[in-house]
Amino acid sequence: MTNTTEENQSVSRVDWNSEKQTARLKSRYRKEKMFKGIAIMSLGTAIAALLVVLVSIFSTGISGFTETRITMDINIDPAVVGEINDMSEEELTIHVASLNINRMLVSSLQAKFPDVTRRADVFALLRLFSVGAQTDIREAILEDTSIVGQTVPISLKAGSDVDMLIKGYISREVEESDRKISDQQIVWVDQFIAEERVTQGFNWAFFTSGDSREPELAGIWSATVGSFLTLLVTFLISFPIGVGSAIYLEEFAPKNRLTDLIEININNLAAVPSIIFGLLGLAIFINFMSLPRSAPLVGGLTLALMTLPTIIITSRAAIKAVPPSIKEAAIGLGASHMQTVFHHVLPLSMPGILTGSIIGMAQALGETAPLLMIGMVAFIVDTPTGITEAATALPVQVYLWADSPERGFLEKTSAAIMVLLAFLIIMNGLAIWLRQKFEKKW
Amino acid sequence: MSVTLLFVILLLMLYAFYYVGKRKSLAIVDGNIKRLHSLPIHYGWAAGINSFIPGFFILAAWALSENYLIDNMLVDHLGEDAASLAPFELSNLLNSIKEYTSSETDDPSLAVHYQYYASISERIAWSFFLSAVAASTLTGYFALRRMEPEFNSRNNIENIIKTLLMAFSVIAIFTTIGIVFSLLFESMRFFDQVSITEFVFGIQWSPQTAIRADQVGSSGAFGAVPLFMGTMLITAIAMAIAAPIGLLSAIYMAEFSNKKIRKIAKPLLEILAGIPTVVYGFIAALVVAPFIRDTGELIGLEIASESALAAGIVMGVMIIPLISSLSDDVISVVPQNLREGSLGLGATQTETVIKVILPSALPGIVGALLLATSRAIGETMIVVMAAGMAANLTVNPLEAVTTVTVQIVALLTGDQEFASAKTLSAFALGLALFVTTLALNAVALFVVRKYREQYD
Repeated sequence: MTNTTEENQSVSRVDWNSEKQTARLKSRYRKEKMFKGIAIMSLGTAIAALLVVLVSIFSTGISGFTETRITMDINIDPAVVGEINDMSEEELTIHVASLNINRMLVSSLQAKFPDVTRRADVFALLRLFSVGAQTDIREAILEDTSIVGQTVPISLKAGSDVDMLIKGYISREVEESDRKISDQQIVWVDQFIAEERVTQGFNWAFFTSGDSREPELAGIWSATVGSFLTLLVTFLISFPIGVGSAIYLEEFAPKNRLTDLIEININNLAAVPSIIFGLLGLAIFINFMSLPRSAPLVGGLTLALMTLPTIIITSRAAIKAVPPSIKEAAIGLGASHMQTVFHHVLPLSMPGILTGSIIGMAQALGETAPLLMIGMVAFIVDTPTGITEAATALPVQVYLWADSPERGFLEKTSAAIMVLLAFLIIMNGLAIWLRQKFEKKW
Repeated sequence: MSVTLLFVILLLMLYAFYYVGKRKSLAIVDGNIKRLHSLPIHYGWAAGINSFIPGFFILAAWALSENYLIDNMLVDHLGEDAASLAPFELSNLLNSIKEYTSSETDDPSLAVHYQYYASISERIAWSFFLSAVAASTLTGYFALRRMEPEFNSRNNIENIIKTLLMAFSVIAIFTTIGIVFSLLFESMRFFDQVSITEFVFGIQWSPQTAIRADQVGSSGAFGAVPLFMGTMLITAIAMAIAAPIGLLSAIYMAEFSNKKIRKIAKPLLEILAGIPTVVYGFIAALVVAPFIRDTGELIGLEIASESALAAGIVMGVMIIPLISSLSDDVISVVPQNLREGSLGLGATQTETVIKVILPSALPGIVGALLLATSRAIGETMIVVMAAGMAANLTVNPLEAVTTVTVQIVALLTGDQEFASAKTLSAFALGLALFVTTLALNAVALFVVRKYREQYD
C-alpha cells in the first residue's frame, strides 16, 4: 500500500514541460501523423487501383466501337451476277449469296492498280479488306439491283490489320518483318488515304453479330443473348425459391435442428467458391441428368444454386425490417398468419427483396468460372433461340477473346468488358434507385 | 409434346379448377356465404392448387429425367454395339443417332436406331404428359368432391403453401449434399486409379503424359503438392497486399476521415468489389504482368511473364474491398464510449486505434481475413488468365506457378476423356478446394462467435 502513495507522488511530480516529456509528446504526434498518412495512402492505393483498371479498359476499349472502311469503285459485273430480272425477292437473296463476289472485288482492284499482276501481290491487296467486304457488296446489290453492269463506289469493311494501322496500334516504324502488314500494303493504304477513301465510323456490327475468327467481324450479340437467357433461367428459379425460403425461415420456421441446419447450410453455400458450383453442375446436371451441354438451361440452373444464398440472406433482412406493429395490426383484424405475410409483410419488403435479387443477378452476370465447367465456352456464331441450344455468355466471350493472339481482339475484349460493365452499372443503379425510392424508415 | 405445352395446360387446369371450386362452394350453400368456413376464393384455390402440384412434380421429373431415360434405353437397345465402345465414342454415337436426318445416307443402321429413338422419345413424352394431366385431373377432382361448407379450405391451402415454402428452404441442404456427394463420388473413382497418398504428398503433377511406365494409372503423375503450394503462394501475395491496404482503408474511413471523403470512397470501393473477376484476369494479363516483367528487366531480374506476383497483386486488389467492408463493419460496432474514454485519457487517435479499437475488433478482423483467404483460394478467373499452367514447386514469386483452380479449369475444358484419371482428378482437386474453404469459413465463424466482446 505504501508503494501506491509513493507512485502517486512520483506521478504528480512529473514535469510536463521538461525536455524529455516535450520530446515524447513530439514523437507521439509524429507517429500519429505517420499512421494517418499510411492509412490515407492505403485508401488512395485502393482507389488508384480502381482507376488503373478502368482507365486501361477504357483506353484500349474505346476504339473497339469504331471500324475502318475503304470506299472502292466496284464493277458489278453482269457476267458474274447473271440473269436476275425475273427473280422474286427470296430467290434473289439466295442467288446473291451464291455469287462469286471475290472475283468482282479482285477485278475491280486490278482495274484500280493495273501494275499489280503477281498472284501474291493481288492476294496482299485483297487482304486489305475484310472477308466481310463481300457482304457489303452483296448488300449493295440487294438494295438496288439497277447497279448491275455499272461501276459504283461501295464502302467496304477493311481488314483487321488495316484497321489496326489506321488506329495507330501497328507502328510504321517497326521493321517490316515484325509487323503484320507489309511495306507495300502500307503504300496502298496511304494511296487510299490520300484519295480520301478511308473512313472511320461506328461499328454497329459489334452489337449485332456473333463471334467470329476475324476480329473486325466479331460481335457480342449472341453472347449477350446467351447471357440474357442464362440470367432468365437463373432468375425464374432462384427468385421464387429464394424468397420462399426467406419467408419460411423468417416467419414460419420453428426453432429446431432442421432450421439450424438450413441456416448453417445457407451461410456456408454463400462462401463456397463459384467453381465448385460449376463442378456440381457438371456432375449433376450434365453427367447424371444428361441435360444438354453448353446450354443456358444448365448455366442458369448452376448460377441459380450459386445466387440462392445471396437472395435468401438479403430477402430475410428485408422481411425482418418490417415492423411487428404492422403484422400485429393485420392479425388483430382477423387475418391469418399466411394472409398477414402475403398481403402485408411481403409487399412492404418487396423493394428490399428486389434490391437484393438484382445484386445477386449482377453477380451471376459477371460470373465466368462455373460456365467454363459446364462447357459454355464454345465458339458460338449463331444467336441462340432457346434455353437448350448451345450458347456462350458475355464474361465467357471476354475470356475467349482475351485468349486470342490477334491484336484486333484486344480492343474487342476491352469493348466487350465496357458493355459488361455498363450492364452491371445499370443493374446496380436500378438496385440503388429502388432502395432509395421505396425504402421506408419505420 | 413439349414441356412448355404441358406447363400451359397445367396452368389452364389450375384456373379451371379454381373457377369450378369457387362456383361450387357457393352452390353447396345455395349462395348463403355465411355458412362457408372460408371464403369462396379459398375453396377455388384449394381445388386449383391440389390439381396443379402433382402435375407440376411430374413435369419437373419429365424435364430433368427425359435425356437420362432416353440415353439408357438407347444403350440397352444398342446392346452389343454399345458395350464395346469407349464412353466418349458412345456419346458421339448417341448424338449422331439423335441428330440423324434422312439426308445422311452414310450409315443405314443409323436409320433403324433413329426410328427406335423417335419411337421411345415419343413414348416417354406421351407417358409423362398423360400421367401429369391424369394426376392433376384426379387430385383436382377429389379436392372438389370433398368440398363441403365445414371444410377448412383456407387452413388446407395455407398448410400446402407452408409445406412448399419449407421444401424451398430445404433446397439449400440438398445443394450442399449434392456438392459433397458429386465431389466425393467422382473423387472415389479417381482414388481407385491413383492412390490417395500419391495425390496428397506427390510432388509431380503432369496429368497429360506418363512419367514412369510402372505408375499407378499409368497416364500421368497426380501429385498435387505443387498445386497446393502454388495456390498458397498466390494467396499469400494477395493477402500481403490486401490485408494491410484493406484494413488501413477501413480504419481511415471509420476513424479519421470526414463524412465527405467516406461518402466518396465507400462507393468507389464497392465498384471495385463489383468488377467481374474475368476483368481482373484480363487486367492482370494485359497490364500488370508485362509491367512487372519490364520492371524486372530494367533492374536485371528475370521474371516469368506469367509470374505468381502478377496474379497475386491483382487478386490482392480484388479482395481489398472485401476486407475493408468486413473490417469497417466490425470497427463501427466498437462502442463509442471506448473511444471517448481513451481520447479522454489523453491518447492520440492513432493510439486509440491501435491500443483500444483494434484489440476490441480483433476477432472480427481475424474472421474477415480468414474469409478473404478462403475467397482468394477459390478465385478462378484471375489465375486462369494470368498464372501459368506448369506445375513448378517453388516459393519464388517471380516464377510461374499453377493453382488448384487453374488445373480444374484446364482439366475440364476442351476435349474430355470421360472417366479417365485425368478428368476425375479435377473432382479430387475440387474436393480439396471445397474442404479447405469450408474449414476456413468454419474457423472464421468460430473465431468471431467465440472471441466476440460483449458490450451490452
